[in-house]
Amino acid sequence: MYQPEFEAMPTEELRGLQLDRLRTVLRRVYDNVPLYRDKFDAAGVSPEIGSLEDLSAFPFTVKNDMRSAYPYGMFAVPLKEIVRVHSSSGTTGQITVVGYTKGDIERWSDLMARTLVCAGATDEDVVQVTYGYGLFTGGLGAHYGSERLGAVTIPISGGNTKRQVQVMKDFGTTILACTPSYALLIAETAQEMGIDLHELPLKAGIFGAEPWSENMRLQVEEILGCKAIDIYGLSEIIGPGVASECSEQHGLHVNEDHFLIEIVDPETLQPVPDGETGEVVFTTLTKEGIPVIRYRTRDISRIIPGECPCGRGFRRMERVTGRSDDMLIIRGVNVFPSQIEQVLAGIPGVAPHYQVILDKRGSMDTVEVHVEVAPDMFFDEIRELEALQNRVRGEIQSALAVSIAVKLVEPKSIERSQGKAKRVIDKRS
Amino acid sequence: MIEQLSVFIENKAGRLAELTRTLSGAGVNMRALILADTAEFGVVRIICDRPHDAKRVLEENGFGVSITQVIAVQVPDAPGGLAEVLEVFGKEEINVEYAYCFVEPGSEYAVDIFKVDDERATAVLQNAGLKVVPSEQLYARD
Ligand SMILES: [Zn+2]
Repeated sequence: MYQPEFEAMPTEELRGLQLDRLRTVLRRVYDNVPLYRDKFDAAGVSPEIGSLEDLSAFPFTVKNDMRSAYPYGMFAVPLKEIVRVHSSSGTTGQITVVGYTKGDIERWSDLMARTLVCAGATDEDVVQVTYGYGLFTGGLGAHYGSERLGAVTIPISGGNTKRQVQVMKDFGTTILACTPSYALLIAETAQEMGIDLHELPLKAGIFGAEPWSENMRLQVEEILGCKAIDIYGLSEIIGPGVASECSEQHGLHVNEDHFLIEIVDPETLQPVPDGETGEVVFTTLTKEGIPVIRYRTRDISRIIPGECPCGRGFRRMERVTGRSDDMLIIRGVNVFPSQIEQVLAGIPGVAPHYQVILDKRGSMDTVEVHVEVAPDMFFDEIRELEALQNRVRGEIQSALAVSIAVKLVEPKSIERSQGKAKRVIDKRS
Repeated sequence: MIEQLSVFIENKAGRLAELTRTLSGAGVNMRALILADTAEFGVVRIICDRPHDAKRVLEENGFGVSITQVIAVQVPDAPGGLAEVLEVFGKEEINVEYAYCFVEPGSEYAVDIFKVDDERATAVLQNAGLKVVPSEQLYARD
Protein backbone atom coordinates (compact mmCIF):
# COMPACT_ATOMS: atom_id res chain seq x y z
CA MET A 1 0.00 0.00 0.00
CA TYR A 2 1.23 3.45 -0.81
CA GLN A 3 -0.68 5.26 1.95
CA PRO A 4 -1.74 2.58 4.43
CA GLU A 5 -2.83 5.23 6.91
CA PHE A 6 -5.74 5.91 4.56
CA GLU A 7 -6.01 2.75 2.48
CA ALA A 8 -6.29 0.52 5.55
CA MET A 9 -8.11 3.02 7.77
CA PRO A 10 -10.69 1.44 10.09
CA THR A 11 -14.19 1.88 8.66
CA GLU A 12 -15.57 4.04 11.49
CA GLU A 13 -12.68 6.42 11.22
CA LEU A 14 -13.02 6.53 7.44
CA ARG A 15 -16.74 7.39 7.66
CA GLY A 16 -15.87 10.18 10.11
CA LEU A 17 -13.25 11.55 7.75
CA GLN A 18 -15.71 11.37 4.86
CA LEU A 19 -18.38 13.25 6.80
CA ASP A 20 -15.97 16.05 7.75
CA ARG A 21 -14.78 16.35 4.19
CA LEU A 22 -18.29 16.15 2.76
CA ARG A 23 -19.51 19.03 4.94
CA THR A 24 -16.55 21.12 3.84
CA VAL A 25 -17.05 20.46 0.14
CA LEU A 26 -20.80 21.08 0.28
CA ARG A 27 -20.19 24.42 2.00
CA ARG A 28 -17.46 25.30 -0.50
CA VAL A 29 -19.58 24.66 -3.60
CA TYR A 30 -22.58 26.38 -2.05
CA ASP A 31 -20.51 29.49 -1.41
CA ASN A 32 -18.52 29.51 -4.65
CA VAL A 33 -20.48 27.87 -7.48
CA PRO A 34 -23.75 29.57 -8.40
CA LEU A 35 -25.01 26.42 -10.12
CA TYR A 36 -24.78 24.44 -6.88
CA ARG A 37 -26.22 27.26 -4.78
CA ASP A 38 -29.26 27.37 -7.08
CA LYS A 39 -29.66 23.60 -7.11
CA PHE A 40 -29.35 23.24 -3.35
CA ASP A 41 -31.79 26.09 -2.73
CA ALA A 42 -34.27 24.63 -5.21
CA ALA A 43 -34.07 21.25 -3.48
CA GLY A 44 -34.31 22.87 -0.04
CA VAL A 45 -31.09 21.28 1.24
CA SER A 46 -28.40 22.89 3.33
CA PRO A 47 -24.67 22.07 3.40
CA GLU A 48 -24.92 21.52 7.17
CA ILE A 49 -25.62 17.80 7.10
CA GLY A 50 -25.82 15.45 10.09
CA SER A 51 -24.75 12.20 8.47
CA LEU A 52 -23.43 10.76 5.22
CA GLU A 53 -26.93 9.43 4.48
CA ASP A 54 -28.22 13.00 4.30
CA LEU A 55 -26.41 13.34 1.00
CA SER A 56 -29.18 11.34 -0.70
CA ALA A 57 -31.47 14.38 -0.47
CA PHE A 58 -29.06 16.43 -2.60
CA PRO A 59 -29.62 16.95 -6.31
CA PHE A 60 -27.53 15.07 -8.86
CA THR A 61 -24.99 16.60 -11.19
CA VAL A 62 -25.12 15.37 -14.78
CA LYS A 63 -22.85 15.67 -17.76
CA ASN A 64 -25.08 18.36 -19.18
CA ASP A 65 -24.52 20.60 -16.15
CA MET A 66 -20.83 20.51 -16.94
CA ARG A 67 -21.43 21.18 -20.62
CA SER A 68 -23.58 24.20 -19.97
CA ALA A 69 -21.00 25.53 -17.52
CA TYR A 70 -18.39 25.40 -20.30
CA PRO A 71 -15.65 26.40 -19.90
CA TYR A 72 -15.13 27.58 -16.32
CA GLY A 73 -18.62 27.88 -14.86
CA MET A 74 -18.22 25.11 -12.31
CA PHE A 75 -14.81 26.09 -10.99
CA ALA A 76 -14.94 26.70 -7.24
CA VAL A 77 -11.74 28.77 -7.08
CA PRO A 78 -10.49 31.82 -8.95
CA LEU A 79 -8.52 30.99 -12.12
CA LYS A 80 -5.27 32.17 -10.55
CA GLU A 81 -5.39 29.11 -8.28
CA ILE A 82 -5.85 26.73 -11.19
CA VAL A 83 -2.58 25.29 -12.47
CA ARG A 84 -3.85 22.83 -15.08
CA VAL A 85 -6.90 22.05 -17.13
CA HIS A 86 -7.93 18.80 -18.77
CA SER A 87 -10.88 18.04 -20.92
CA SER A 88 -13.15 15.14 -21.72
CA SER A 89 -12.72 13.61 -25.15
CA GLY A 90 -15.93 15.10 -26.48
CA THR A 91 -17.02 11.87 -28.17
CA THR A 92 -20.54 12.28 -26.84
CA GLY A 93 -21.10 15.96 -27.52
CA GLN A 94 -19.51 19.21 -26.49
CA ILE A 95 -16.30 18.89 -24.51
CA THR A 96 -16.16 19.70 -20.82
CA VAL A 97 -13.30 21.37 -19.00
CA VAL A 98 -11.96 20.39 -15.60
CA GLY A 99 -9.47 22.48 -13.62
CA TYR A 100 -6.91 21.40 -11.02
CA THR A 101 -5.29 23.42 -8.25
CA LYS A 102 -1.77 22.67 -7.04
CA GLY A 103 -3.33 20.69 -4.22
CA ASP A 104 -5.48 18.71 -6.67
CA ILE A 105 -2.41 17.70 -8.67
CA GLU A 106 -0.67 16.67 -5.42
CA ARG A 107 -3.56 14.44 -4.36
CA TRP A 108 -4.05 13.04 -7.85
CA SER A 109 -0.36 12.06 -7.94
CA ASP A 110 -0.82 10.19 -4.66
CA LEU A 111 -3.92 8.46 -6.01
CA MET A 112 -2.13 7.27 -9.12
CA ALA A 113 0.85 6.16 -7.00
CA ARG A 114 -1.66 4.07 -5.01
CA THR A 115 -2.95 2.63 -8.28
CA LEU A 116 0.53 1.64 -9.39
CA VAL A 117 1.26 0.04 -6.02
CA CYS A 118 -2.05 -1.84 -6.35
CA ALA A 119 -0.57 -3.34 -9.52
CA GLY A 120 2.56 -4.36 -7.61
CA ALA A 121 4.81 -1.45 -8.59
CA THR A 122 7.62 -0.04 -6.43
CA ASP A 123 10.16 2.75 -6.91
CA GLU A 124 12.36 0.22 -8.68
CA ASP A 125 9.95 -0.28 -11.57
CA VAL A 126 10.04 1.10 -15.10
CA VAL A 127 6.66 2.51 -16.08
CA GLN A 128 5.83 2.99 -19.75
CA VAL A 129 3.04 5.55 -19.95
CA THR A 130 1.29 4.78 -23.22
CA TYR A 131 -1.89 6.65 -22.34
CA GLY A 132 -2.19 9.76 -24.45
CA TYR A 133 -0.62 12.95 -23.06
CA GLY A 134 -2.53 16.16 -23.55
CA LEU A 135 -6.06 17.22 -22.68
CA PHE A 136 -6.94 13.58 -21.94
CA THR A 137 -6.28 12.80 -18.28
CA GLY A 138 -4.73 9.35 -18.82
CA GLY A 139 -1.16 10.22 -19.79
CA LEU A 140 -0.33 12.95 -17.30
CA GLY A 141 -2.31 11.21 -14.57
CA ALA A 142 -0.23 8.04 -14.83
CA HIS A 143 2.93 10.11 -15.35
CA TYR A 144 2.61 12.08 -12.12
CA GLY A 145 1.71 8.93 -10.19
CA SER A 146 4.74 7.10 -11.48
CA GLU A 147 7.07 9.99 -10.61
CA ARG A 148 5.45 10.33 -7.21
CA LEU A 149 6.15 6.68 -6.56
CA GLY A 150 9.76 7.20 -7.67
CA ALA A 151 9.64 4.76 -10.55
CA VAL A 152 11.43 5.31 -13.85
CA THR A 153 8.81 7.05 -15.96
CA ILE A 154 8.77 6.73 -19.74
CA PRO A 155 6.50 9.49 -21.13
CA ILE A 156 6.07 7.85 -24.52
CA SER A 157 2.36 8.66 -24.92
CA GLY A 158 0.22 6.70 -27.41
CA GLY A 159 0.86 5.74 -31.02
CA ASN A 160 3.78 4.38 -33.06
CA THR A 161 3.25 0.84 -31.88
CA LYS A 162 6.55 -0.53 -33.19
CA ARG A 163 8.43 2.05 -31.19
CA GLN A 164 6.35 1.09 -28.13
CA VAL A 165 7.54 -2.49 -28.50
CA GLN A 166 11.17 -1.46 -29.09
CA VAL A 167 11.16 0.83 -26.06
CA MET A 168 9.51 -1.83 -23.96
CA LYS A 169 12.30 -4.22 -24.84
CA ASP A 170 15.25 -1.81 -24.73
CA PHE A 171 14.26 0.13 -21.61
CA GLY A 172 13.16 -2.96 -19.69
CA THR A 173 9.60 -1.82 -19.06
CA THR A 174 8.03 -3.60 -16.09
CA ILE A 175 4.69 -1.74 -15.89
CA LEU A 176 2.62 -0.79 -18.93
CA ALA A 177 -0.10 1.85 -18.70
CA CYS A 178 -2.56 1.96 -21.62
CA THR A 179 -6.02 0.91 -22.74
CA PRO A 180 -6.63 -2.85 -22.85
CA SER A 181 -7.29 -2.79 -26.59
CA TYR A 182 -4.02 -0.97 -27.21
CA ALA A 183 -2.25 -3.56 -25.05
CA LEU A 184 -3.52 -6.23 -27.44
CA LEU A 185 -2.29 -4.24 -30.44
CA ILE A 186 1.14 -3.90 -28.83
CA ALA A 187 1.20 -7.65 -28.28
CA GLU A 188 0.28 -8.39 -31.90
CA THR A 189 2.90 -5.94 -33.15
CA ALA A 190 5.54 -7.56 -30.96
CA GLN A 191 4.67 -10.91 -32.50
CA GLU A 192 5.05 -9.47 -36.00
CA MET A 193 8.42 -8.03 -34.99
CA GLY A 194 9.50 -11.43 -33.69
CA ILE A 195 9.77 -10.22 -30.11
CA ASP A 196 8.55 -12.61 -27.43
CA LEU A 197 6.87 -10.51 -24.76
CA HIS A 198 7.06 -13.41 -22.33
CA GLU A 199 10.84 -13.03 -22.29
CA LEU A 200 10.67 -9.34 -21.35
CA PRO A 201 10.55 -8.20 -17.72
CA LEU A 202 7.00 -6.83 -18.03
CA LYS A 203 5.11 -7.79 -14.87
CA ALA A 204 1.85 -5.84 -14.87
CA GLY A 205 -0.30 -3.44 -16.81
CA ILE A 206 -2.72 -0.83 -15.51
CA PHE A 207 -5.43 -0.90 -18.12
CA GLY A 208 -8.51 1.30 -18.24
CA ALA A 209 -10.35 4.12 -20.00
CA GLU A 210 -12.60 1.68 -21.85
CA PRO A 211 -14.91 -1.15 -20.86
CA TRP A 212 -13.52 -4.65 -21.17
CA SER A 213 -14.59 -8.11 -20.18
CA GLU A 214 -13.06 -10.82 -18.03
CA ASN A 215 -12.44 -12.87 -21.18
CA MET A 216 -10.44 -10.00 -22.63
CA ARG A 217 -8.45 -9.78 -19.41
CA LEU A 218 -7.48 -13.44 -19.72
CA GLN A 219 -6.48 -12.87 -23.32
CA VAL A 220 -4.36 -9.82 -22.46
CA GLU A 221 -2.66 -11.65 -19.60
CA GLU A 222 -1.93 -14.65 -21.77
CA ILE A 223 -0.38 -12.86 -24.72
CA LEU A 224 1.43 -10.14 -22.78
CA GLY A 225 2.57 -12.54 -20.10
CA CYS A 226 1.76 -10.08 -17.32
CA LYS A 227 -0.90 -9.33 -14.76
CA ALA A 228 -3.68 -7.10 -16.14
CA ILE A 229 -5.06 -4.70 -13.54
CA ASP A 230 -8.33 -2.90 -14.23
CA ILE A 231 -8.34 0.77 -13.27
CA TYR A 232 -11.23 3.20 -13.27
CA GLY A 233 -11.65 6.92 -13.46
CA LEU A 234 -13.31 9.69 -15.37
CA SER A 235 -12.20 13.21 -16.05
CA GLU A 236 -15.28 14.78 -14.42
CA ILE A 237 -14.21 13.22 -11.12
CA ILE A 238 -10.42 13.53 -11.49
CA GLY A 239 -9.26 11.17 -14.26
CA PRO A 240 -7.68 7.78 -13.57
CA GLY A 241 -7.10 7.12 -9.89
CA VAL A 242 -10.72 6.93 -8.72
CA ALA A 243 -10.60 3.16 -8.24
CA SER A 244 -8.22 0.31 -8.96
CA GLU A 245 -8.04 -3.42 -8.63
CA CYS A 246 -5.46 -4.85 -6.26
CA SER A 247 -3.51 -8.07 -6.86
CA GLU A 248 -6.64 -10.07 -5.93
CA GLN A 249 -8.25 -8.83 -9.18
CA HIS A 250 -11.68 -9.06 -7.65
CA GLY A 251 -13.28 -5.63 -7.77
CA LEU A 252 -11.75 -2.15 -7.80
CA HIS A 253 -10.99 -0.46 -4.49
CA VAL A 254 -12.56 2.99 -4.55
CA ASN A 255 -10.34 5.67 -3.00
CA GLU A 256 -13.05 6.45 -0.49
CA ASP A 257 -11.09 9.06 1.43
CA HIS A 258 -11.32 11.27 -1.67
CA PHE A 259 -14.45 10.03 -3.44
CA LEU A 260 -17.79 9.09 -1.98
CA ILE A 261 -19.44 6.35 -4.00
CA GLU A 262 -23.17 5.70 -4.12
CA ILE A 263 -24.99 3.11 -6.20
CA VAL A 264 -28.48 4.25 -7.17
CA ASP A 265 -31.36 2.56 -8.91
CA PRO A 266 -31.33 4.11 -12.40
CA GLU A 267 -35.14 4.34 -12.37
CA THR A 268 -35.99 5.60 -8.91
CA LEU A 269 -32.56 7.22 -8.37
CA GLN A 270 -32.70 5.98 -4.77
CA PRO A 271 -29.50 4.56 -3.28
CA VAL A 272 -29.42 0.75 -3.15
CA PRO A 273 -27.65 -1.37 -0.51
CA ASP A 274 -24.16 -2.80 -1.04
CA GLY A 275 -24.25 -5.79 -3.36
CA GLU A 276 -27.06 -4.49 -5.54
CA THR A 277 -26.44 -3.33 -9.07
CA GLY A 278 -27.18 0.21 -10.20
CA GLU A 279 -25.70 3.41 -11.55
CA VAL A 280 -22.49 4.67 -10.00
CA VAL A 281 -22.64 8.16 -8.49
CA PHE A 282 -19.57 9.97 -7.17
CA THR A 283 -19.06 12.97 -4.93
CA THR A 284 -15.54 14.37 -4.72
CA LEU A 285 -14.49 15.02 -1.14
CA THR A 286 -11.20 16.86 -1.54
CA LYS A 287 -11.19 18.37 -5.02
CA GLU A 288 -10.64 22.14 -4.95
CA GLY A 289 -10.68 23.24 -8.59
CA ILE A 290 -13.93 21.63 -9.61
CA PRO A 291 -15.66 19.67 -6.86
CA VAL A 292 -18.66 17.66 -8.06
CA ILE A 293 -21.60 16.60 -5.97
CA ARG A 294 -23.46 13.36 -6.79
CA TYR A 295 -22.20 13.08 -10.34
CA ARG A 296 -24.16 10.50 -12.34
CA THR A 297 -21.53 8.55 -14.25
CA ARG A 298 -24.07 6.42 -16.22
CA ASP A 299 -21.75 3.50 -15.50
CA ILE A 300 -23.38 0.39 -14.07
CA SER A 301 -21.71 -1.50 -11.27
CA ARG A 302 -22.23 -2.63 -7.71
CA ILE A 303 -20.35 -2.65 -4.44
CA ILE A 304 -18.86 -6.06 -3.72
CA PRO A 305 -19.76 -6.78 -0.10
CA GLY A 306 -17.13 -8.08 2.29
CA GLU A 307 -13.48 -7.49 2.98
CA CYS A 308 -10.62 -7.91 0.55
CA PRO A 309 -7.76 -10.21 1.59
CA CYS A 310 -5.25 -7.53 0.52
CA GLY A 311 -5.97 -5.53 3.69
CA ARG A 312 -7.26 -2.38 2.02
CA GLY A 313 -10.31 -1.08 3.82
CA PHE A 314 -11.84 0.72 0.86
CA ARG A 315 -14.92 -0.94 -0.57
CA ARG A 316 -14.67 -2.48 -4.01
CA MET A 317 -16.80 -1.70 -7.01
CA GLU A 318 -17.31 -4.41 -9.56
CA ARG A 319 -15.91 -3.99 -13.06
CA VAL A 320 -18.26 -1.67 -14.93
CA THR A 321 -20.72 -3.89 -16.78
CA GLY A 322 -22.61 -1.37 -18.89
CA ARG A 323 -24.19 2.04 -19.20
CA SER A 324 -27.46 2.98 -17.57
CA ASP A 325 -28.65 4.32 -20.91
CA ASP A 326 -28.82 0.70 -22.10
CA MET A 327 -30.92 -0.56 -19.21
CA LEU A 328 -34.15 -2.48 -19.76
CA ILE A 329 -36.83 -3.08 -17.20
CA ILE A 330 -38.28 -6.55 -17.61
CA ARG A 331 -41.14 -7.38 -15.24
CA GLY A 332 -39.77 -4.92 -12.73
CA VAL A 333 -36.20 -6.23 -12.88
CA ASN A 334 -33.40 -4.04 -14.20
CA VAL A 335 -31.58 -5.86 -16.97
CA PHE A 336 -28.47 -4.75 -18.82
CA PRO A 337 -27.78 -6.33 -22.20
CA SER A 338 -24.17 -6.79 -21.16
CA GLN A 339 -25.31 -9.20 -18.43
CA ILE A 340 -26.87 -11.39 -21.10
CA GLU A 341 -23.63 -11.24 -23.06
CA GLN A 342 -21.70 -12.46 -20.04
CA VAL A 343 -24.02 -15.43 -19.63
CA LEU A 344 -23.71 -16.39 -23.29
CA ALA A 345 -19.93 -16.15 -23.22
CA GLY A 346 -19.90 -19.04 -20.76
CA ILE A 347 -22.09 -21.43 -22.76
CA PRO A 348 -20.50 -23.55 -25.49
CA GLY A 349 -22.68 -24.06 -28.55
CA VAL A 350 -23.99 -20.51 -28.78
CA ALA A 351 -22.30 -17.45 -30.23
CA PRO A 352 -22.11 -14.23 -28.18
CA HIS A 353 -24.40 -12.62 -30.73
CA TYR A 354 -27.85 -11.91 -29.44
CA GLN A 355 -30.75 -9.52 -29.60
CA VAL A 356 -33.42 -8.70 -27.08
CA ILE A 357 -36.78 -8.34 -28.80
CA LEU A 358 -39.45 -6.32 -27.01
CA ASP A 359 -42.93 -6.79 -28.40
CA LYS A 360 -46.58 -6.66 -27.44
CA ARG A 361 -49.09 -9.49 -27.44
CA GLY A 362 -52.44 -7.84 -26.81
CA SER A 363 -51.80 -5.60 -23.84
CA MET A 364 -48.94 -7.75 -22.57
CA ASP A 365 -45.34 -6.77 -23.10
CA THR A 366 -43.25 -9.70 -24.20
CA VAL A 367 -39.50 -10.20 -24.17
CA GLU A 368 -37.53 -12.72 -26.12
CA VAL A 369 -33.79 -13.16 -26.46
CA HIS A 370 -32.59 -14.36 -29.82
CA VAL A 371 -29.31 -16.19 -29.61
CA GLU A 372 -27.24 -17.44 -32.49
CA VAL A 373 -26.24 -21.07 -32.56
CA ALA A 374 -22.46 -21.29 -32.91
CA PRO A 375 -21.48 -21.79 -36.58
CA ASP A 376 -19.60 -24.97 -35.73
CA MET A 377 -22.55 -26.47 -33.95
CA PHE A 378 -21.27 -29.53 -32.09
CA PHE A 379 -24.50 -31.49 -32.27
CA ASP A 380 -27.25 -32.10 -34.72
CA GLU A 381 -29.92 -33.58 -32.50
CA ILE A 382 -33.13 -31.78 -31.72
CA ARG A 383 -33.00 -33.11 -28.17
CA GLU A 384 -29.60 -31.51 -27.60
CA LEU A 385 -30.60 -28.25 -29.23
CA GLU A 386 -33.61 -28.09 -26.94
CA ALA A 387 -31.34 -28.80 -24.00
CA LEU A 388 -29.11 -25.95 -25.15
CA GLN A 389 -32.08 -23.61 -25.40
CA ASN A 390 -33.17 -24.60 -21.90
CA ARG A 391 -29.69 -24.11 -20.56
CA VAL A 392 -29.48 -20.59 -21.97
CA ARG A 393 -32.88 -19.77 -20.48
CA GLY A 394 -31.90 -21.27 -17.12
CA GLU A 395 -28.57 -19.47 -16.90
CA ILE A 396 -30.11 -16.14 -17.86
CA GLN A 397 -32.74 -16.68 -15.21
CA SER A 398 -30.25 -17.45 -12.48
CA ALA A 399 -27.94 -14.57 -13.44
CA LEU A 400 -30.61 -11.92 -13.97
CA ALA A 401 -33.36 -13.16 -11.63
CA VAL A 402 -35.94 -12.87 -14.39
CA SER A 403 -37.29 -15.48 -16.76
CA ILE A 404 -36.93 -14.55 -20.43
CA ALA A 405 -37.97 -16.63 -23.41
CA VAL A 406 -35.01 -17.77 -25.49
CA LYS A 407 -35.03 -18.53 -29.17
CA LEU A 408 -32.13 -20.12 -31.00
CA VAL A 409 -31.55 -18.52 -34.37
CA GLU A 410 -29.30 -19.32 -37.29
CA PRO A 411 -25.63 -18.43 -37.23
CA LYS A 412 -24.86 -14.94 -38.59
CA SER A 413 -28.56 -14.12 -38.84
CA ILE A 414 -28.32 -11.26 -36.36
CA GLU A 415 -27.26 -8.10 -38.08
CA ARG A 416 -23.64 -7.09 -37.49
CA SER A 417 -22.80 -3.45 -37.11
CA GLN A 418 -19.53 -1.61 -37.53
CA GLY A 419 -19.84 0.40 -34.36
CA LYS A 420 -21.98 -0.34 -31.36
CA ALA A 421 -24.04 -3.49 -31.83
CA LYS A 422 -27.80 -3.02 -31.80
CA ARG A 423 -28.79 -5.29 -28.96
CA VAL A 424 -32.34 -4.24 -28.28
CA ILE A 425 -35.15 -4.20 -30.84
CA ASP A 426 -38.30 -2.52 -29.58
CA LYS A 427 -41.29 -3.46 -31.72
CA ARG A 428 -43.88 -2.07 -29.30
CA SER A 429 -44.21 1.38 -30.76
CA MET B 1 -18.18 -43.55 -42.46
CA ILE B 2 -20.57 -41.34 -44.33
CA GLU B 3 -20.20 -37.58 -44.18
CA GLN B 4 -23.61 -36.07 -43.59
CA LEU B 5 -24.34 -32.34 -43.56
CA SER B 6 -26.32 -31.07 -40.58
CA VAL B 7 -27.85 -27.63 -41.07
CA PHE B 8 -29.55 -25.66 -38.33
CA ILE B 9 -32.54 -23.72 -39.67
CA GLU B 10 -35.20 -21.60 -38.10
CA ASN B 11 -38.68 -22.78 -38.76
CA LYS B 12 -39.77 -19.99 -41.03
CA ALA B 13 -41.50 -20.08 -44.36
CA GLY B 14 -39.27 -20.71 -47.34
CA ARG B 15 -36.10 -21.44 -45.45
CA LEU B 16 -35.92 -25.10 -46.46
CA ALA B 17 -36.63 -24.17 -50.07
CA GLU B 18 -33.79 -21.64 -49.97
CA LEU B 19 -31.48 -24.32 -48.71
CA THR B 20 -32.31 -26.81 -51.47
CA ARG B 21 -32.17 -24.05 -54.08
CA THR B 22 -28.72 -23.05 -52.88
CA LEU B 23 -27.46 -26.60 -53.24
CA SER B 24 -29.02 -27.28 -56.62
CA GLY B 25 -27.80 -23.86 -57.82
CA ALA B 26 -24.27 -25.00 -56.97
CA GLY B 27 -24.80 -28.22 -58.91
CA VAL B 28 -24.75 -30.39 -55.79
CA ASN B 29 -26.64 -33.62 -56.23
CA MET B 30 -28.58 -34.71 -53.13
CA ARG B 31 -29.17 -38.34 -52.26
CA ALA B 32 -31.20 -37.84 -49.12
CA LEU B 33 -32.67 -34.95 -47.18
CA ILE B 34 -34.43 -35.35 -43.83
CA LEU B 35 -35.86 -32.59 -41.66
CA ALA B 36 -36.17 -33.03 -37.90
CA ASP B 37 -37.90 -30.10 -36.33
CA THR B 38 -39.77 -28.48 -33.46
CA ALA B 39 -42.13 -25.52 -33.64
CA GLU B 40 -39.20 -23.11 -33.63
CA PHE B 41 -36.24 -24.68 -35.32
CA GLY B 42 -35.09 -27.73 -37.12
CA VAL B 43 -32.06 -29.65 -38.27
CA VAL B 44 -31.81 -30.63 -41.91
CA ARG B 45 -29.69 -33.71 -42.55
CA ILE B 46 -28.37 -34.11 -46.04
CA ILE B 47 -26.36 -36.72 -47.86
CA CYS B 48 -25.00 -35.31 -51.08
CA ASP B 49 -22.09 -35.26 -53.48
CA ARG B 50 -18.98 -33.27 -52.55
CA PRO B 51 -20.10 -32.60 -48.96
CA HIS B 52 -17.21 -30.22 -48.14
CA ASP B 53 -17.94 -28.15 -51.23
CA ALA B 54 -21.62 -28.15 -50.34
CA LYS B 55 -20.83 -27.03 -46.81
CA ARG B 56 -18.81 -24.10 -48.09
CA VAL B 57 -21.53 -23.03 -50.51
CA LEU B 58 -24.16 -23.18 -47.77
CA GLU B 59 -21.97 -21.21 -45.40
CA GLU B 60 -21.40 -18.56 -48.01
CA ASN B 61 -25.16 -18.25 -48.22
CA GLY B 62 -25.57 -17.73 -44.51
CA PHE B 63 -26.32 -21.25 -43.29
CA GLY B 64 -24.64 -22.80 -40.25
CA VAL B 65 -23.43 -26.23 -41.27
CA SER B 66 -21.53 -29.01 -39.59
CA ILE B 67 -20.41 -32.34 -40.94
CA THR B 68 -21.58 -35.35 -38.97
CA GLN B 69 -20.21 -38.88 -39.30
CA VAL B 70 -22.97 -41.46 -39.78
CA ILE B 71 -23.11 -45.13 -40.81
CA ALA B 72 -24.98 -46.43 -43.85
CA VAL B 73 -26.24 -50.00 -44.04
CA GLN B 74 -27.71 -51.63 -47.12
CA VAL B 75 -30.79 -53.72 -46.38
CA PRO B 76 -33.37 -55.41 -48.59
CA ASP B 77 -36.26 -53.06 -49.33
CA ALA B 78 -38.63 -55.36 -47.50
CA PRO B 79 -40.31 -55.56 -44.07
CA GLY B 80 -37.87 -56.36 -41.27
CA GLY B 81 -34.81 -54.79 -42.87
CA LEU B 82 -34.42 -51.97 -40.36
CA ALA B 83 -35.44 -54.08 -37.39
CA GLU B 84 -32.59 -56.48 -38.03
CA VAL B 85 -29.98 -53.73 -37.81
CA LEU B 86 -31.51 -52.26 -34.66
CA GLU B 87 -31.44 -55.71 -33.05
CA VAL B 88 -27.73 -56.01 -33.71
CA PHE B 89 -27.08 -52.62 -32.11
CA GLY B 90 -29.37 -53.52 -29.21
CA LYS B 91 -27.52 -56.75 -28.48
CA GLU B 92 -24.24 -54.83 -28.27
CA GLU B 93 -25.85 -52.03 -26.25
CA ILE B 94 -24.96 -49.47 -28.90
CA ASN B 95 -27.21 -46.46 -28.56
CA VAL B 96 -28.73 -45.11 -31.76
CA GLU B 97 -29.15 -41.33 -31.61
CA TYR B 98 -31.26 -41.20 -34.74
CA ALA B 99 -31.92 -43.18 -37.88
CA TYR B 100 -33.58 -42.69 -41.22
CA CYS B 101 -33.84 -44.59 -44.41
CA PHE B 102 -34.04 -43.93 -48.11
CA VAL B 103 -34.55 -45.99 -51.22
CA GLU B 104 -32.86 -45.41 -54.52
CA PRO B 105 -35.44 -45.40 -57.32
CA GLY B 106 -35.48 -48.71 -59.16
CA SER B 107 -33.34 -50.44 -56.53
CA GLU B 108 -34.35 -53.47 -54.51
CA TYR B 109 -32.25 -52.25 -51.61
CA ALA B 110 -32.84 -49.54 -49.08
CA VAL B 111 -30.13 -47.61 -47.30
CA ASP B 112 -30.51 -47.11 -43.54
CA ILE B 113 -28.56 -44.28 -41.99
CA PHE B 114 -27.59 -44.42 -38.31
CA LYS B 115 -26.02 -41.87 -36.02
CA VAL B 116 -24.35 -43.76 -33.19
CA ASP B 117 -21.74 -42.65 -30.75
CA ASP B 118 -19.72 -45.83 -30.54
CA GLU B 119 -16.47 -46.71 -32.32
CA ARG B 120 -17.41 -50.39 -32.45
CA ALA B 121 -20.47 -49.83 -34.63
CA THR B 122 -19.03 -50.60 -38.06
CA ALA B 123 -17.23 -53.73 -36.89
CA VAL B 124 -20.29 -54.95 -35.01
CA LEU B 125 -22.45 -54.63 -38.12
CA GLN B 126 -19.90 -56.35 -40.33
CA ASN B 127 -19.48 -59.21 -37.84
CA ALA B 128 -23.24 -59.71 -37.94
CA GLY B 129 -22.97 -60.12 -41.71
CA LEU B 130 -24.62 -56.83 -42.58
CA LYS B 131 -23.47 -54.76 -45.51
CA VAL B 132 -21.99 -51.47 -44.43
CA VAL B 133 -22.04 -49.10 -47.39
CA PRO B 134 -18.80 -47.24 -48.18
CA SER B 135 -19.18 -43.54 -48.85
CA GLU B 136 -18.10 -43.73 -52.51
CA GLN B 137 -21.09 -45.97 -53.22
CA LEU B 138 -23.47 -43.23 -52.06
CA TYR B 139 -21.93 -39.98 -53.23
CA ALA B 140 -18.94 -38.36 -54.88
CA ARG B 141 -16.39 -37.53 -52.19
CA ASP B 142 -14.26 -34.42 -52.04
ZN1 LIG C 1 -7.81 -5.70 -2.37
